Amino acid sequence: MELLYAGSVGLIVACGVFLILRSRTFPVVLGLTMLSYAVNLFLFASGRLSLNSAVVLGHSNDYADPLPQAFVLTAIVIGFAMTAFVVILAIRGRADLGNDHVNGQVPENHSTSNKKGRV
Amino acid sequence: MIQHLTSLPVLLPMLAGVFLLMPPCGKNKNIRRFASVALSAITFLISLALLLKVQTDGTQVYAIGDWSAPFGIVLVADPLSTLLVCLSGLLGFVCVLYASAGEDEKGSFFHPLVHFLILGVNGAFLTGDAFNLFVFFEVLLIASYALLMHGGDKKNTRAALQYVIMNLVGSAVFLIALGVLYGVLGTLNMADMAQKVAMLQGDDVYLAKIGGLLLLVVFALKGALLPLHLWLPNTYATAMPIIAALFAIMTKVGVYSMMRVYTLIFGEEAGELAHMAQNWLWWLALATIVMGAVGVLASQDLRKLVANLVIVSVGTLVALVTVQTVEASSAAIYYLIHSTLVTAALFILADLIGRQRGKVADRITVGTPVSQPILLGTCFVIAAVAVIGMPPLSGFIGKVWLLQATVNTEYSFVFWPLYLLASLAVLFAVAKAGSTVFWHHQAKISEQRAAERALHERVHPVEIAALLILVACAPLMSIFAGPLSEYAIGAATQLHDFDNNINIILSGGQ
Repeated sequence: MELLYAGSVGLIVACGVFLILRSRTFPVVLGLTMLSYAVNLFLFASGRLSLNSAVVLGHSNDYADPLPQAFVLTAIVIGFAMTAFVVILAIRGRADLGNDHVNGQVPENHSTSNKKGRV
Repeated sequence: MIQHLTSLPVLLPMLAGVFLLMPPCGKNKNIRRFASVALSAITFLISLALLLKVQTDGTQVYAIGDWSAPFGIVLVADPLSTLLVCLSGLLGFVCVLYASAGEDEKGSFFHPLVHFLILGVNGAFLTGDAFNLFVFFEVLLIASYALLMHGGDKKNTRAALQYVIMNLVGSAVFLIALGVLYGVLGTLNMADMAQKVAMLQGDDVYLAKIGGLLLLVVFALKGALLPLHLWLPNTYATAMPIIAALFAIMTKVGVYSMMRVYTLIFGEEAGELAHMAQNWLWWLALATIVMGAVGVLASQDLRKLVANLVIVSVGTLVALVTVQTVEASSAAIYYLIHSTLVTAALFILADLIGRQRGKVADRITVGTPVSQPILLGTCFVIAAVAVIGMPPLSGFIGKVWLLQATVNTEYSFVFWPLYLLASLAVLFAVAKAGSTVFWHHQAKISEQRAAERALHERVHPVEIAALLILVACAPLMSIFAGPLSEYAIGAATQLHDFDNNINIILSGGQ
């Protein structure tokens, strides 16, 4: 279970990082969302993965750690607000700058060469 | 009431922010301005009251909801954090006062946002819990995102977009670091973490090291340390100057967190992990000073110049933090206050100068003269002398102190020449900027037009008051250098007193 879990978190982080490094705002926003999902999963796992362990005292010998769940909840709320903000900001950037590049300008040889075109 | 004093610097700005959104303040701008100034003054006074209480009764620990540490979240008001809370209170008051002259109407919700920013900053200074630190970072960041866009133009949007994306990635890294540390240590209360780090064995040591260094990345991003400083000049130079002045405290939050985490948790007593960040931080700090100095020399306008001065000050502070002696930390505390106030004053000056010079704005070129050269010139000279570190103002004391604090360390042979050369560069650049702006101008404007302009663009008295408060801090800090430095030494001693810190926090401040 640990291996599968760690592998999936790693995969989502890799996707997120790849998307964040793109030059247009939409993939970047998607990447940030992916990254925050991965972070939430990771935080959740920091209380150790366990099956069938109780959350309420006095029901079992084996307890799940409640604190990481509180962390995840906080992180989800904050991540949600931040994503909403960055989406609005990206739309405003599209309107103000006339394009959706993170740098605010379309690279000159964007269509011909993809080596320099990607920022 | 008095036992809740520690929580007030956090609660009051929050309530103020909410209050300012409500009908009587939301509708009428005069009531809003008055209420905002009054509330920020109250926040500042409350911080001063807390400072007095900490002075007489020692460190205050406030357990939120009466859940004692390490199970609940605690607010810790020790001499260092209280001093910084006072600093942010003062800065908040000055900014609100200055903006009340008209800048606040260039966008919406200026006043509530400033109070929310102060809430985040104060919370980050006071909290004794690492996850809570993250939450307060986010609070101050989201307020700063919105403030950054206040009255903005196109350049502003671009800088804001990059700033927001950088900081969101930073937040993700922060959470990963906290997850790793929680997984290893089983606690996020800073005092408890410090105790448990020393007991780690085997692979856990390396995991904790990864967590600690990831935290370093986050703090370096907030504090604008070398490879992660690129967002700062653009962001600060495109934001409205008064907001940039307020942001002067934000890089200091990063530096303060470094101070806490790498002195308390990964400091002297951390067993195998003792001083783990020192080597990284030291060289990065030196490189930051160099980059800042180069940036200062290359700056084309005043705001960018001041933004680069912020980078120089961050580099200096982080270098002092890594030395890890009481003397270096006390020098850092003095220098931190000095540099925050002086850079804020310079941002405000850049704004006023830019406004009075018409088309050339704050660019460092020959242009129309300012219409109130005596007022602005005098303030500029005072602020410049302070920021360069020439006698007799606060910068000089800070500089002598920090050179003295590093003289016996093994690295002083790199730090001294580097820092002094950087100061020389700053001296040169600031002197050149000042003489170009104030002395070299196109001679010909008809007298009538000049008189008209002078009347039209005269600085609002409220703005002068705000500017004078900040500028006056430089001479005041050198007149009262005795008590201030005693306080700084006391705060630094407490910061380095490992056992005492842990005992006070975990026993609930008895």
